[in-house]
Amino acid sequence: MTHFSALSLIKNALSGQKNWEPQWPDSEPKAEYDVIIVGAGGHGLGAAYYLAKEHGITNVAVIDKGWLGGGNTGRNTTIIRSNYLYDESAKLYDHALDLWDGLSQELNYNVMYSQRGVLMLAHNVHDVQSFQRHVHANRLNGVDNVWLSAEEAKEYCPPLDISPTARYPVVGAALQRRAGTARHDAVAWGYARGAAARGVDIIQNCPVTAIRRGPDGRVTGVETAKGFIGAKKVAVSAAGHTSVVMDTAGVRMPLESYPLQALVSEPIKPIFPCVVMSNSVHAYISQSDKGELVIGSGTDQYTSYSQRGGLPLIEHTVAAICEIFPIFNRMRMLRKWGGIVDVTPDRSAILGKTPVPGLYVNCGWGTGGFKATPGAAHTLAWTVAKDDPHPANAPFTLERFSTGRLIDEAAAAAVAH
Amino acid sequence: MSSFRVSGRGRVDHTQPIQFTFDGKKIKGFKGDTVASALLANGIHLMGRSFKYHRPRGAVTAGSEEPNALVGTRRGPGRFEPNTRATVQEIWDGLQVNSQNRYPSLSFDVGAINDKAYMLFSAGFYYKTFMWPKSFWDKVYEPFIRAAAGLGVSPTEPDPDHYASRYLHTDVLIIGAGPAGLAAALTAARAGSRVTLVDENPEAGGSLLSEPSVMIEDIPAWDWVAKTVAELKELGVKLMTRTTAIGYYHQNFVGLCEKLTDHLASPDGETPRERMWRVRAKQVVLAQGALEKPLVFDGNDRPGVMLAGSAQTYLNRYGVRVGDKAVIVTSHDSAWYAAFDLADAGTAIAAIVDTRAEPNADLVAEATKRGIRIMAGHTVTGTEGRLRVKSVRVNPVTGSSVGAPEIIGCDCLLMSGGWTPSLHLFSHTKGTLKWDEERQTFLPDHKAEECEIAGAGRGLWGIEAVLNDGAKMGAAAVKSLGKTAKAASYAVAHDRPGTGVSHKELPTDLDAGKARAFVDYQNDVTAKDLRLAVREGMRSIEHVKRYTTNGMATDQGKMSNINGLNIASDALGVPQPKVGLTTFRPPYTPTTFGAFCGYHKGSHFEVTRKTPIDSWAEENGAAYEPVSLWRRAWYFPKEGEDMHAAVDRECRATRASVGIFDASTLGKIEVVGPDAVEFMNRMYTNPWTKLAPGRARYGLLLGDDGFIRDDGVIGRLADDRFHVTTTTGGAARVLNMMEDYLQTEWPDLDVWLTSTTEQWATIALNGPNARKVLEPFVEGLDMSDEAFPHMSVAECRVGGFPARLFRISFTGEVGFEVNVPAHAGRALWEMLFEAGKKYDICPYGTETMHVLRAEKGYIIVGQDTDGTVTPHDAGLSWAIGKMKPDFVGKRGLARPDLVAEGRKQLIGLLTEDGKTKLEEGAQIVLDPNQPKPMKMVGHVTSSYHSDAAGRPIAMALLEDGFNRMGETIYIPMPDRVIKATVTGTVFYDPEGARLKL
Amino acid sequence: MLLIHCPYCNQTLPEAEFTYAGEAHIARPADPSSVSDEEWRDFLFIRTNVKGPHYERWRHFYGCGRYFNAVRDTVSDRFLITYKTDDPRPELSKLLEKSK
Repeated sequence: MTHFSALSLIKNALSGQKNWEPQWPDSEPKAEYDVIIVGAGGHGLGAAYYLAKEHGITNVAVIDKGWLGGGNTGRNTTIIRSNYLYDESAKLYDHALDLWDGLSQELNYNVMYSQRGVLMLAHNVHDVQSFQRHVHANRLNGVDNVWLSAEEAKEYCPPLDISPTARYPVVGAALQRRAGTARHDAVAWGYARGAAARGVDIIQNCPVTAIRRGPDGRVTGVETAKGFIGAKKVAVSAAGHTSVVMDTAGVRMPLESYPLQALVSEPIKPIFPCVVMSNSVHAYISQSDKGELVIGSGTDQYTSYSQRGGLPLIEHTVAAICEIFPIFNRMRMLRKWGGIVDVTPDRSAILGKTPVPGLYVNCGWGTGGFKATPGAAHTLAWTVAKDDPHPANAPFTLERFSTGRLIDEAAAAAVAH
Repeated sequence: MSSFRVSGRGRVDHTQPIQFTFDGKKIKGFKGDTVASALLANGIHLMGRSFKYHRPRGAVTAGSEEPNALVGTRRGPGRFEPNTRATVQEIWDGLQVNSQNRYPSLSFDVGAINDKAYMLFSAGFYYKTFMWPKSFWDKVYEPFIRAAAGLGVSPTEPDPDHYASRYLHTDVLIIGAGPAGLAAALTAARAGSRVTLVDENPEAGGSLLSEPSVMIEDIPAWDWVAKTVAELKELGVKLMTRTTAIGYYHQNFVGLCEKLTDHLASPDGETPRERMWRVRAKQVVLAQGALEKPLVFDGNDRPGVMLAGSAQTYLNRYGVRVGDKAVIVTSHDSAWYAAFDLADAGTAIAAIVDTRAEPNADLVAEATKRGIRIMAGHTVTGTEGRLRVKSVRVNPVTGSSVGAPEIIGCDCLLMSGGWTPSLHLFSHTKGTLKWDEERQTFLPDHKAEECEIAGAGRGLWGIEAVLNDGAKMGAAAVKSLGKTAKAASYAVAHDRPGTGVSHKELPTDLDAGKARAFVDYQNDVTAKDLRLAVREGMRSIEHVKRYTTNGMATDQGKMSNINGLNIASDALGVPQPKVGLTTFRPPYTPTTFGAFCGYHKGSHFEVTRKTPIDSWAEENGAAYEPVSLWRRAWYFPKEGEDMHAAVDRECRATRASVGIFDASTLGKIEVVGPDAVEFMNRMYTNPWTKLAPGRARYGLLLGDDGFIRDDGVIGRLADDRFHVTTTTGGAARVLNMMEDYLQTEWPDLDVWLTSTTEQWATIALNGPNARKVLEPFVEGLDMSDEAFPHMSVAECRVGGFPARLFRISFTGEVGFEVNVPAHAGRALWEMLFEAGKKYDICPYGTETMHVLRAEKGYIIVGQDTDGTVTPHDAGLSWAIGKMKPDFVGKRGLARPDLVAEGRKQLIGLLTEDGKTKLEEGAQIVLDPNQPKPMKMVGHVTSSYHSDAAGRPIAMALLEDGFNRMGETIYIPMPDRVIKATVTGTVFYDPEGARLKL
Repeated sequence: MLLIHCPYCNQTLPEAEFTYAGEAHIARPADPSSVSDEEWRDFLFIRTNVKGPHYERWRHFYGCGRYFNAVRDTVSDRFLITYKTDDPRPELSKLLEKSK
């Protein structure tokens, strides 16, 4: 693997860029692996990377039905934060945040993790109560998150309209300074390059059609477009399509897959310094390094695998953004797109073992999987390697839906006065 | 006028001069000009700078696909927009245009230093560096990159314009009013269909506007367009110009954005700037034509290098010659016609360089007739000129060998790499494409919606072919509607059919690794970058696109996708269809946010629900708080009072005498029918069978998971009738949940549910004098304690209005809630308020309501519960009908974790110093000295200063709280640790003595 | 914006009038107290989430207010049928036959 550095850039520039090597080979499958990971997104590639690097398990294949990083990894709005309410969530996302910090150096691949801060706007008393609860809990969990007045929020994000007559007036905000954004594709590519350099096979355009189990119920491998591939352990990390893949192993999931849309504006010079989220109006916004305003919304109302999404939701999202940032009303939308997110009943992920020996699952990240990437990858690798969860993902079991021990981030933000 | 304007030529109005400014300089044009055509008429090609290298750029197209000529446009204060395409923006007197992404000026830009270091800034270079030292990314590298990126600057003021939206239903929607679209519209309209024809240009005609010499049915093309448009109007066709079909959604739902004022010098102020049309069409005909491809060679981006078809458009539509001396380089016949038109208009054609060894003999003859030098089987290997092309380097090609160059002087270089069908909207539908080997392009394959593709959009070329195909597809659309139509057959004279070949980069005798052969102009992506991406393992076209940013500029790949694909395919050694095409995404062209927002801005962004008594509160100085969609009176400050003082006063007044409160926002549901009581038994946790008519009960609603969803007082009016109240925010949710169970789980029950929230105005009177105020107004009801005790309900008349009167209390005082028809709400309120004056009646808002209820330990669902709280956790076990065989949530409550010991339970907290008010949301620990992350055991849900208790009070959810009574717990704040004692949740009148009259 | 046929109103209307209500044919157990925690979980949370024809519920919220069932292909979002809640579950093979 070529080490990336300013020096290597100059050297290659002088030699006409002809000596760069492939960042990862496009592998053909072997007959058998120790571990197969289904889904070559950031989570799956990262898990392969950590399996190889931290657990010495290198006989690993990551298999994807399309190109690597082509699912939600390449379709999200790249927000990274860890100011979640419940201890379990804060711990897992903060584990991820710790790994984000230094990921570029770790991978020798600039993932452009930009700690520009995430501002969550409070528009009413209920928001204030809920966000203050976050702020206090985060502080005691060692997660940075502070409360700002409306004026302080405007100072942090000048385009914000804080006039009290707005339909959704800003009454304050929670700010996590360590939060921010990263370059989504680079995360997948960086992990792919790092994993491949450690011997992991990355097999693209090879749909997994079934997970196979032996007479004892254990996983034996996967059926693919390129034939059967044996494996002692299989980890499914196929956001959006988890239900479909798990069903082939006879595991039914508490998941529904929804279209999630996002959009960007035409690129402009820097105007927007941070990330702003408003749960009340269901919209969030940041500005990419390229200059585009990156805007995300909630899911469409019906389940779908079409990656299409409708016009009404986008109209609402844009209106919400222009309501909070009226100066953007004359900006133009450049492109909008859709992804498929799988959503659990409590809006928290499922990451761990399954009833099938040798089968592991990482899913249910809903609209927030990107920020978890290194944490999910790291703990998934741990869980697969040791057949036992890491403390950070231990609460995120499939069993919680039987016992009732939910991690209900959605309910925590319940609006019910 | 400059020598570049051809007098009398084009569709601009030569009698109507217009003046605008470009970078402060006055520029003259004519009505009908775009910014680009007017600048070109003045000999100005330099219009912008590229994204990364800040290379000087001119317009390369004459349409909405323009990647280079992006400008800032301004119409006075608040009306500025960046990145406007100069090739689309029509000029008007006073329009201010500014160039972008340059400093200090367009002709001298210090950012162009990047261009010198281009070898360093190869594709993906930023992934490989800027990593050391780590802290520099946020502080040094990223700010530098961000400042360099972006094109124009953001608007900085709120937009004074307004936008509109409308629905439209039509039989046939035709997108594109060029020859195919016009023919399709004519066919469909003649067959009696309702037809809508849209085009992004200011007028219909499409490519015909650039082909005035073509004769259709024996009349000149422009006359045919005029005649056709007249007939379409006659037939009632809705023709919409300046209207872009931005997205094609499910079941023939198409979004159109119509621009209404951007071309006007003085809009009337009434007309919206843009209007979003949401069209539902039975059939759609996509007649979007084709886009011309640039050729890829070193220096193909200098100002003056332009698509040949666009140069033809500038000449024929705008009467502008794009130069005095042109070189043509082409791989398609179409550019030859451009050369002929220009030559005939007085531009010297230095040469036609055709990459094909044997161009069409007729064209060669035509060129020869005009004395044009023909260089067949040649390539272009470079250009010179700093701010404008001044020469072209041309070499012969024999087989794979490139011969010696010749330098040819010129002031414009017109290129054509052939034409790409415009399939964006088709792709929005997830229709599939197939690779056409002969045309070297993708064509539509399987359709996913009810649509037809006509003309150049499916690879046809030449006006006659396209017209006839349009007619055919118009007929096909009509046939799908069950009507019959006859497709006319058009005879075209002087047609300009043609063919061409497709290229990757043009061959060169120079080091290809040093060539600056641009594929994506705006993003400065060169052929070399694409090949580097492939070398580095990017095998999918999506990877190549994302690694290089090819196709991600504001033209969204209209100029670059197919060239990018051809080059990537060559580098990979894999045929194009195997490499694939990136997905086209809506909108078709960049679309104003305001048009998406439409009417939904300011107070219309979302409705504000107001109660019938809201106006009284407003007149009496209420401060408001938003609660779900409602605005509610929060408190009623008197002169000089802050919220704290006002709330203390309101609390005091209510407990001392009487307070009046607008509770109209409470959700209200009428549950009626022979099985109403059984329905209530199944729905709510409480038992209802024995609740007598005339009595009320606190009702608790769970989800089937066992967690609290909602609560409210429920009155039984008759054996078969319940008046259910819900939380303000929960009303719709609760009714929906009830309907769901009733309709789908218990269709055996004969029950009707009706939302009555807005039917009733609800006035709450609380306090020891509440009855005294109310009683004189009540008719037909004995209000004595015996006849109408606490938790009663009755139908009667209050103040002359039919009413439902509850005796209930959310304050711990004697309380009544009067429901009267909404229209009577304010009148009754005023009567009661007037009558209450002798008891010092005090209007109070939601904050006082919260304090008074907290003093009594009454919970607020959503504040003291959060969706993980069971009835037991909330101290509400008493509300569960334990003998009932089932109710929603009963089974859920039996799950292991919900019956576990030590769950978080709702308790009271009193700070030990008796003065400190806790913060709502503050977290509780047992050991304040532990290191972070601390073990948190609960949080404060409600906290107020209590006038009645004379101290602050709080409620909290605390692990194993019921077993911690009297214990000290700790609330670590940023600056100190607060100690508090665990207590019960009732802080005032625990015996409930004050509820009695 | 989908177009949806309400089987009660017998009209095809825009999605804006309807609310999605999750998977269909998941009956609440008649005697909840007799089912295991796992069976209760299945009722509450487990969903087929199929990629393809999906039996699901909609409510004509801003119309007649009725819940009804539908089969919709979640890949194309195309409805194969909508039917009243007390109509029998239509056989998929017949629906697919018909839609061809």
